[in-house]
Amino acid sequence: MRAQFVLSEIFIGLRRNLTMTIAVVVSAAVALGMLGVALLMLFQTNYMKGYWYGKVEVAVFLCTKDDTSLHPTTCAGGPANQTRMDALQADLTANPLVQNVLPETQAEAYARYKEQGSGSSGGEYSQITAYVSPDQIPASLRVKLKNPTTENIDAIRSTYQGQQGVEAVADQRTILKPLFKLFNGLTVSASTVAVVMVGLALMLIVNTVRLSAFSRRRETGIMRLVGASNFYIRLPFLMEGAVAGLGGVAVAALGVASFKFFLIDRVLAPSFTFTSFIGWDKVLVTILILIPVGLLMAVGASALSLRKYLKV
Amino acid sequence: MIRFDQVSKTYPNQNRPALRDISLEIERGEFVFVIGSSGSGKSTFMRLILREERPSVGHVYVAGKDLSKLSNWKIPQLRRQIGTVFQDFRLLPNKTVEQNVAFALEVIGKSRPTIGKAVPEVLDLVGLGGKGGRYPNELSGGEQQRVAIARAFVNRPMVLIADEPTGNLDPETSVGIMKLLDRINRAGTTVVMVTHDQAIVNQMRRRVLELDGGTLVRDQSRGVYGYVR
Repeated sequence: MRAQFVLSEIFIGLRRNLTMTIAVVVSAAVALGMLGVALLMLFQTNYMKGYWYGKVEVAVFLCTKDDTSLHPTTCAGGPANQTRMDALQADLTANPLVQNVLPETQAEAYARYKEQGSGSSGGEYSQITAYVSPDQIPASLRVKLKNPTTENIDAIRSTYQGQQGVEAVADQRTILKPLFKLFNGLTVSASTVAVVMVGLALMLIVNTVRLSAFSRRRETGIMRLVGASNFYIRLPFLMEGAVAGLGGVAVAALGVASFKFFLIDRVLAPSFTFTSFIGWDKVLVTILILIPVGLLMAVGASALSLRKYLKV
Repeated sequence: MIRFDQVSKTYPNQNRPALRDISLEIERGEFVFVIGSSGSGKSTFMRLILREERPSVGHVYVAGKDLSKLSNWKIPQLRRQIGTVFQDFRLLPNKTVEQNVAFALEVIGKSRPTIGKAVPEVLDLVGLGGKGGRYPNELSGGEQQRVAIARAFVNRPMVLIADEPTGNLDPETSVGIMKLLDRINRAGTTVVMVTHDQAIVNQMRRRVLELDGGTLVRDQSRGVYGYVR
């Protein structure tokens, strides 16, 4: 096998069909890029699930002085005092569904509230904190369940929702719902575009190889006659596909990296400070997945096209 | 060297067979003309030897091998033993004479030293020594056909198939080409030549196979083109 000969054939072929080659690279890049984004979002969703589901799941908020009028049934006795809080904590700890309970007093809650406010870039939020006093922030019992299924969370909620001194029982995961929704939406739309673009890229590759086979029919005809092996005749075309596919992977890798750099690190991370985001290791994993996918796509489509359009 | 055993070939969607019950044998080192009007089955005959087609009925043997039992991946090996020359030369216009001939060896994976030795040798043989750097469009028709013959012969095949090699050439140039083919034949290569050129057939006095409507109507050693009708 003469490597130099094969290499020169590949680049002659790619140059001859330059416009088609560009079309293939771009469509493969978009297809793979979208696939990459979908993968990143999948990684992010799983990452957040692991991160959050290991933490607090249910918060039992206790009555504040303002709640006497807002929740006249359960908060009729005015703000919950330390005795009531201890009683609830003991009760929750005894519940078989509960793993542990973390109490948070009004002073602690206020401190955390202010800290989050100072971390936010918006001036609006810090203006609000100035008007909020510690006794307006509810004390709470942060409950971690042994097995945080929706049924168990509902069970805890229904048990404690109506009890004296309890303002509300909140499923903490609901605050993550918008974010999960966003990522799921991104995954779905990116994969949809990816599927469509993969189809488009495949068709383009098939056509490019077909054109290439046609423009080189004189050479391949002679190769056939003098007894070049099928592999040798097809190799330049397959490599053409592979090079174009790798070009697509390279552009897609840039796209995925800029998605991480610009959208996740610059936009999402500052807006959603309460959770953390996937790191560059996952970007690398995504790119490493894209390489074989891109190669397989390009070489597979080329082989298919050759079967049809190159008589050997 | 080449043997047809009750071979018939019918192309798909055609009623009339292109070849009908052909049995013949071509010995090693023979020079054979295949003649017949257009549509008489000459091309099919050639294509069967090259295993571009399979017979519908019967068997074709080349160099002792039954081509119908030849698996697809072995076809290249068969074709390396058969050189092919066409009426329209089929040279690559963007390659020089040398590169055109070398191409045939490159694509079957011959080493650079082998190619470097074989190409000038064969160009000398066909009488094109010193014209290796020319491009096909700088050569006359006869010279182009010599390049094509050089390319077909550079790998020293056992059989040379020539499909109307003089069809595009004037009589004088044709004589030169025939001399070349004769020389190649005398060196031991079996030559099968399809032609319409009466003068050449009559002059060479070699074996003649005449096809008519797919049937072998004449197999004559030291034959001439045709009887005056």
